[in-house]
Amino acid sequence: MKLTDYEKEMFDGVHGRAKARAMDLLVRYGQALGAERLVETNNVAGAFNASTPSVRDLVKKGFDAVYSELNLDSAEVVEVPKMVAHTCQLITGIDNERWRVQGIPDDLAEQQKRGEEFFGSRGINMFATCTPYQVGNVPVKGEHCAWMESSAVVYCNSVLGARTNTEGKESTGAAALTGRIPYWGYHIKDNRRGTHLVEIDIDVDDIMDWGLLGYYLGEIIDDEIPVLTGRYKQPSLIKLKHFGAAAASSGGVEMYHIPDITPEARTVEEAFGGNPVRGTVRYGEKERRTAYENLNCATERNIDFVMLGCPHNSIDQVWLIASLLDGRKISTNTELWVHTPRALREVADRNGYTKMIMDAGGQVMSDTCPAISRHMPKGTKVVATDSAKQAHYLPAITGVSAWFGSVKDCVEAAVSGRWNGGL
Amino acid sequence: MSDVAAPAKAGTRIVLRGRKVVGGCAEGEAIVTRDTISGWGGINERDGTVIERRHELRGQSFKDKILVFPGAKGSSGWSAYFHMARLNGASPRAMIFNKMTTKIALGAVVTHAPAMTELEQDPLQVIETGDWVKVDADNGIVEITKRAR
Repeated sequence: MKLTDYEKEMFDGVHGRAKARAMDLLVRYGQALGAERLVETNNVAGAFNASTPSVRDLVKKGFDAVYSELNLDSAEVVEVPKMVAHTCQLITGIDNERWRVQGIPDDLAEQQKRGEEFFGSRGINMFATCTPYQVGNVPVKGEHCAWMESSAVVYCNSVLGARTNTEGKESTGAAALTGRIPYWGYHIKDNRRGTHLVEIDIDVDDIMDWGLLGYYLGEIIDDEIPVLTGRYKQPSLIKLKHFGAAAASSGGVEMYHIPDITPEARTVEEAFGGNPVRGTVRYGEKERRTAYENLNCATERNIDFVMLGCPHNSIDQVWLIASLLDGRKISTNTELWVHTPRALREVADRNGYTKMIMDAGGQVMSDTCPAISRHMPKGTKVVATDSAKQAHYLPAITGVSAWFGSVKDCVEAAVSGRWNGGL
Repeated sequence: MSDVAAPAKAGTRIVLRGRKVVGGCAEGEAIVTRDTISGWGGINERDGTVIERRHELRGQSFKDKILVFPGAKGSSGWSAYFHMARLNGASPRAMIFNKMTTKIALGAVVTHAPAMTELEQDPLQVIETGDWVKVDADNGIVEITKRAR
């Protein structure tokens, strides 16, 4: 790989051991990809935490050791300096205030907080959400980023027109210390053009519609670049957040175009940019039903747990749930957790939404989600959720069975304790 | 790939050339899937089993095997989970895959096991679960010995 003089200095250790180990990882990674060079980045979103039981032994050696092994793939323990790139922490396993509701032991919550002190003092912003673009990290078109979190990556590329690959814990750890990431994949303009045409034959409008469309597409086209045409209504942040998260769960979609809506495609022609159309996917009633059936693995209609807020809810989604619950009570057999970024939770508290949800018997959680934490209310066997992503991952990770449906269906299930949702 | 569709006789040796992703040399029994694999949410990092619902390998472990698969999908926790599988001694001995992505490149790098891609024939057509496979990534060579069926 071709390195600049400054990159060579970092590689050779002129700027300290941490940067040398970071460059070593970036070069190994770049060579594996077949990248010719690195690109400068000043926007990193990664996994800077020590929140799982499996890292307890590593934590005993100190947080320099945690960062060295898990964020740099370095067996040599290096002293971690301040980050050079603007860097933020994504979602974590523990709610810093409500870990007892999650059923997390106090010592693990304490471990996360000590970790955050360390990472925070190096300049890593503790957003603690899978949706940094909801709390102030909104990259501009063309900005080179190094982001993790598949649902955030697809949003960053497609909706914002910034450029990132799906990075990992180690590459973001190295990028934060060097301000560099391999110049490959979605950093290169030619790789961002559409590959598959999607013809939508039914109305796609609400959050559930967009989730189903994303889940279907991901499975069919894997990590290619779809270009949407047909009968969709104008989407919003919330809908595209769900759409991208679903497509990045059933498949590996990291980029899509919606002509006249997303920033790199004013027209279908511009979306393909001269690329041949490699495939056409039709999405109609039958395909919608297939996605729905693939997502709904439960048969038991008594619901133990209703999970809302994956990806983390916007404040408007929290309000919608609060209004649907206003003056009502959740079934004594069912628990309801609503997940929103910590910064938005502040607004929910201030507005009284948190109180409305809690008065009904629900919980408002931040920093985490059940799929990441692997913690749900004790004894949960059947889950209902409005998130295709959570319905995809929770059964695999925790062995529960899941119902997927609209926000309204989920709130009704929480109140009655029974699943009555449907297409 | 119809030229390799006929079942090869037990003991038949096939040599394929490809591109090194991570250097090194390792051999072992192949575990082959036509489904892409998720890291976070797709594998159990403690024992190397695939846990995804509706996955061809669900319940089977790649620990100490030569993992042959189309590529990576899903969460960006891919590398972190294969990284932890290595720390737990549950990682594959080598990897052979078709489609290059950042998830698999970084995941292969932090697994510290030989890895190869861009083989001259589709490894999913040539290699079957149970075949003995030697991955000499330093020299860009995969050697397959067909097992008895």
